[in-house]
Amino acid sequence: MRIDPLEQGAAAAVDTMPDRSPVLVRVEGLAKRYGGTPIFEDVNFTLRQGEFVCIVGHSGCGKTTILNTLAGLERASDGHVIVDGREVVAPGLDRGVVFQGHALMPWLTVRQNIAFAVRSKWPDWSKAKIDEQVCKYVALVSLTPALDKKPSQLSGGMKQRVGIARAFAIEPRMLLLDEPFGALDALTRGTIQDELLKICAATRQTVFMITHDVDEAILLADRVMLMSNGPNARVAEIVVNTMARSRQRATLHHDPQYYPMRNHLMDFLVERSHPVTPARSIP
Amino acid sequence: MTSLNARAALLSLLLFGLLLGIWHLATMNAGAASLATVAAPAMTPEQIEYARLMGKPVPADAGASTSPVTTKSGFPTLAQMGATVVHHLADPFYDKGPNDKGIGLQLAYSLGRVALGYVLAALVAIPLGFAIGMSPLIHRALDPFIQVLKPISPLAWMPLALYTIKDSAASGIFVIFICSVWPMLINTAFGVAGVRKEWLNVARTLEVRPLRRALEVILPAAAPTILTGMRISMGIAWLVIVAAEMLVGGTGIGYFVWNEWNNLSLPNVVFAILVIGLVGMTLDGLFARAQKAVTYAD
Repeated sequence: MRIDPLEQGAAAAVDTMPDRSPVLVRVEGLAKRYGGTPIFEDVNFTLRQGEFVCIVGHSGCGKTTILNTLAGLERASDGHVIVDGREVVAPGLDRGVVFQGHALMPWLTVRQNIAFAVRSKWPDWSKAKIDEQVCKYVALVSLTPALDKKPSQLSGGMKQRVGIARAFAIEPRMLLLDEPFGALDALTRGTIQDELLKICAATRQTVFMITHDVDEAILLADRVMLMSNGPNARVAEIVVNTMARSRQRATLHHDPQYYPMRNHLMDFLVERSHPVTPARSIP
Repeated sequence: MTSLNARAALLSLLLFGLLLGIWHLATMNAGAASLATVAAPAMTPEQIEYARLMGKPVPADAGASTSPVTTKSGFPTLAQMGATVVHHLADPFYDKGPNDKGIGLQLAYSLGRVALGYVLAALVAIPLGFAIGMSPLIHRALDPFIQVLKPISPLAWMPLALYTIKDSAASGIFVIFICSVWPMLINTAFGVAGVRKEWLNVARTLEVRPLRRALEVILPAAAPTILTGMRISMGIAWLVIVAAEMLVGGTGIGYFVWNEWNNLSLPNVVFAILVIGLVGMTLDGLFARAQKAVTYAD
């Protein structure tokens, strides 16, 4: 575990992250206000290509708003989101979104749901080619037997996997997951986490994910962003996960680094998430 | 489940039998009463003439009083009713001039009018409902008009329609149009406005173009609600066509009912009423089936 200094601006962000891959997303001075009160303010961070970043915080700190701003579904009151050198002003096919409540269209089968997304990305593809892409990504979440079922015939976990397959199938530059496993039981959640980890390792996908689950964050994330409570929420800390990327759910808790990191995150959520020392920075 | 169905069917049959029994008993008394009149003392020629004008049996007709011809002004017995049904069904499509057409032909006229007015209404109501459902501005701007126009009885438009269109057939179609437009319009707007935001967000993140979004996301999502509106509209249209044709005249099942009332032929009127009910049931059944086809489980 390592705690990164907070990024104050674009220049600082680049300097303090001498890591490997290029920056894909840069968030600068993001703020959202309803009326006069800011929900969150002065949110700065960067995402590197191939990185898996989780954002953790209590309800009401604006995590979903930040994710929706990255997706282009919402406009921030202040600040910018820059993806690949261009400012985000609208939703786009370069960013795949997995919604909290799967958001599958109930009148379409699994195959048709994913084909809908694939056809949006590549409108001039032939039917056969679209179907090939659909089958490939359905197989990736091991749902091939359910290809021609309607969402109402699937369990909650299966629906969420279809949602993930749909987001992956358009091969976006970056994936945004809004607490995708929140509604699932612990066993199902574990299986899908493993699956997600596997797919991300295979595709080197950049992922930004909201979660409430500290263990989930430690398992999946390369970096964990901790947000203080809203209103006036901020990114309080960015914790770097120094455990090897090959980490696995079954053996994770044997890693000597696991408990220090888990304790640190829990302590933050329980004790230190209350605001509001402006722009605090941990050396 | 099957036993429930079987018991329900049995109960329905019993009720049907009961109704027929009541009908039989009631008309039997009427027959006896008319026989009593026949036995009345001799009438003066003036009285006979008056009785004939009033449709009552007169001594001269006494021999024929049991035949359907003379008792047709009274409520028919079951046997007369059966004969009427057979008579009409034997040749439903004959055409012997303006006041004498087969029941099938009359129905075809009515259904044609309903279909035309209804399709026109759908062509207006569904796109407009989409606009109202998608734009809060249009919704608020049009709402006062809809609220005022909706409760107007469709037949109240008839004089205006006759004056402006100057054609009774087109006026009938207009009345069907105006009565079926509202439920479709309101239900379409309601269904479109209620499309779940997450589906629209999916479409947005996939950069789906507006036309494709309307046809592939909003339409299927709102289809069950839209079809409910269409079903209500069809029900109302079938109610209104009878009244409209009574006013407009010429052809159609409504005109048939009114014409047979003027002929004092109650068996024909009863037969037409039954046919109206059966056709209405069939239409509703068709829409129920369509509704089932577009409904999705969530």
